[in-house]
Amino acid sequence: MTLLDVKDLSIDIHGIRPLDGISFSVDKGEILGIVGESGSGKSLTALSVMGLLPLIGGRIERGSISFDGTELTTLKEPAFRKLRGRRIAFITQNPMTSLDPVIRVGAQIDQVARLHLGLDAKAAQARSIEIMEQLRIPEAATIYHHFPHQLSGGMKQRIVIAMALAADPDLIIADEPTTALDVTIQAQIVDLLVELVRERGLALILITHDMGVVAQTCDRVVVLYAGRVAESHDVTAIFASPRHPYTKALIRCIPREDTLPGSLTGIPGAVPSVAHYPPGCRYHPRCARMGVPCEKVVPPLEHPTSGGEIACHFPESNGGANV
Amino acid sequence: MTSNSPRWHAFRRSTAGKVLLTPKGGIAGAYLLTLALIALLAPWITPYPYDVQELTIASQAPNLAHWLGTDEFGRDVLSRIMYGARTSLSVSVTAISVSVLIGMTLGAAAGYFGGMFDRLVTAAVDLSWSFPEILIALILVAIIGPGLTSTMLAIGIAYLAQFTRLTRAQILSLKNETYIEATLNLGASHGHIVFRHLMPNALAPVIICGMLATGDAIILEATLGFFGLGAQPPVPSWGAMMSSGSAQIFKAPWIIIFPGLTVAVTVIMINLFGDALIRALDIRAKLREG
Repeated sequence: MTLLDVKDLSIDIHGIRPLDGISFSVDKGEILGIVGESGSGKSLTALSVMGLLPLIGGRIERGSISFDGTELTTLKEPAFRKLRGRRIAFITQNPMTSLDPVIRVGAQIDQVARLHLGLDAKAAQARSIEIMEQLRIPEAATIYHHFPHQLSGGMKQRIVIAMALAADPDLIIADEPTTALDVTIQAQIVDLLVELVRERGLALILITHDMGVVAQTCDRVVVLYAGRVAESHDVTAIFASPRHPYTKALIRCIPREDTLPGSLTGIPGAVPSVAHYPPGCRYHPRCARMGVPCEKVVPPLEHPTSGGEIACHFPESNGGANV
Repeated sequence: MTSNSPRWHAFRRSTAGKVLLTPKGGIAGAYLLTLALIALLAPWITPYPYDVQELTIASQAPNLAHWLGTDEFGRDVLSRIMYGARTSLSVSVTAISVSVLIGMTLGAAAGYFGGMFDRLVTAAVDLSWSFPEILIALILVAIIGPGLTSTMLAIGIAYLAQFTRLTRAQILSLKNETYIEATLNLGASHGHIVFRHLMPNALAPVIICGMLATGDAIILEATLGFFGLGAQPPVPSWGAMMSSGSAQIFKAPWIIIFPGLTVAVTVIMINLFGDALIRALDIRAKLREG
């Protein structure tokens, strides 16, 4: 059943519109990937769902965000505070800076359970250590008393994940949870997250720019480009036959075993800045399949019979998959 | 504790160890601890009562019975200095503690919430900073009237601006840290963020500033005492003792010299201790390691 349903979401920050009609949904026990380059609106999507847009001076202009039957766009702040961390947890990008340097990590995990579940200090500590053990933190009872600066990056990210889990949430939003970590740790952390979701039946929104991570972990994927949905589909379908030229280009950016040295290609150009979005399809200046209507007409988001959603005037017919 | 037991190592690595095991911190720490003990135990350990006048031995030079001499009423200078430590320390420490508490709260609220409240607080702070502390204290004592309570109040208010300003500046930069956003994402309230996360992070520089201000407060208390605006006779305070001694500065210089020396040494020791504390509490260096 649908846990989070975002419909036609547009936001306004100081007169610009960095998200323009985004829709997606997540079911219980499902992992949804939100993919796009920097500046495509991934993190803003997360911020909107968390109800923290006012922090950066933004507001929701249009659309709805419904979480387990509750409409979040009109929810008052005190009620929202009871939801945040309790039912929707957020894992930030950089574990190095997302822990308070002067508080022992154990106490930081404790505070979540104390805040939301009303546990006393002792019960919260027992619970925190239990969660740390589930996250395979060695010698959890010792690490519990450490300060953040005494821990490695991977360990800090586990602590951040433990904080997210502490109040037993239904939905976890992870904003590039592995970007700041060593490659050797990245796979471990991603595997850990996937395992948690499968075991506990949570929903996970994994925000990333790494199509490789998406292929490994997600059930479905939404590709964002410049604040709009370019394409969304099941992960197998999207990798087998990407229909949007942008999706196809992103997939081509994944290094493979048989990639010859020097033959890995990027996507020429960059995501346009939010103040200078081109008219028509926002991807057209970088698109190889660009045609006449692309420059002027915004491609509508269509729901083809093959499933998924796509916004393109000239979609790839049957994918031209294996590039 | 032997030099290689684990407890000794733990102590060496703790903040207290880092302060006390340096020459500066050790000497200053020992001095301040002794002074605090003297102040605390004064009624039991002073050789003479502070207020019994004995005019037959007035203005005696230091001798074996009265190590630092006697004042113009024949009271023992050493005993009065020991009692004076009570006044000086309690007034300055209380005043600065209250000032730090109120200043931090004001500064944190101004820095965190911003807006109109912030502008008001900043304007008040800037205004009070344009006057020297002594002037503010003098005006306040003139309004409320002399005495220990009004001295504390005057000192507390005179130093309020610097703690408010320091905390506000700290909070302004701290509130943009990722862990604050992360804590908001956990559903924490603004109060939780300010008191549990922002204030502890802003604490180290404020502690050091408060330490150094305590030294200044002792001088300010002595100054007010010197003008007769602080502790009222016969309660001894270092400033009041110097004031009464100034009349006999050529005839019996020890009456003014010893309290003055005590003020000077105490303030120097507080500054040395603050210095050692700055090194030990260097949180920025710790962050770089992590």
